[in-house]
Amino acid sequence: MARSTFVYVTYIRTTQQKLWSALTTDTEFMKQYWFGVHCRSEWTAGSSWQMLGPDGELFDDGSIVAADPPRRLVIRWQHQRKPEIKAEGESRCTYELETLGSAVRLQITHTIERDPPSKFIEAVSGGWPKILSNLKSLLEGGAAVLTDPYPTDKSTASDKK
Amino acid sequence: MAERADTDALFKALADPGRRKLLDQLHAHDGQTLTQLCEHLDMTRQGVTQHLNALEAANLVAVVWRGREKLHFLNPVPLQEIYERWIAKFEKPRLKAIADLKRKLEKTHG
Repeated sequence: MARSTFVYVTYIRTTQQKLWSALTTDTEFMKQYWFGVHCRSEWTAGSSWQMLGPDGELFDDGSIVAADPPRRLVIRWQHQRKPEIKAEGESRCTYELETLGSAVRLQITHTIERDPPSKFIEAVSGGWPKILSNLKSLLEGGAAVLTDPYPTDKSTASDKK
Repeated sequence: MAERADTDALFKALADPGRRKLLDQLHAHDGQTLTQLCEHLDMTRQGVTQHLNALEAANLVAVVWRGREKLHFLNPVPLQEIYERWIAKFEKPRLKAIADLKRKLEKTHG
């Protein structure tokens, strides 16, 4: 079977340790760039991993396949809320951090073992660039650029009131 | 200054029709090898290699090695940054203006 893969790369002017914390243990910080979402895990190989929504609802479930802080993290990741996406099964998401000069290169590779197009990859591919862009702005000292994942939809709706 | 160098590389990379075509190719089928990319393009292998290097330098293409295969992926993160910097901040007032216009017109005609 073919696989569907997306790759995201960003360079953030920060330290590897700070970026690692932002991606893992610092859940309050995570909520700021991940639109209120945060992950719960011990962040060690074999430990469980969940992604929770703003009200604590379960979005995604899985486990940590490999953890080598602050360099590499592999998550086994299955969506839970939408049945058609859950039916696609598990995906694998790899974070790779590497210091290059004054910046850290972050590469996120998200793969699902199925023929494209994958609904899961489609769902995450819209989100990752926004999340990474927010993360970069916050870590480089600014505020989160976007506070809403779909600003156009929301602003249109609120303006109609 | 570093930010300006990033932005220069990004816009230079986008300012070439051959490179934009390569990005379109990757958008249609992500994760292609150099050979696969050359099949659909009217460019020499060396030309495609040079364009891919420019796209990689601008962080628009990410390379992943799978065994001995070098796969090229479209990396949309810099495009998202352009969008946020030059477009997103103008979006809300514009949408509000359209909504206000609609409301006013519907009021006078309703």
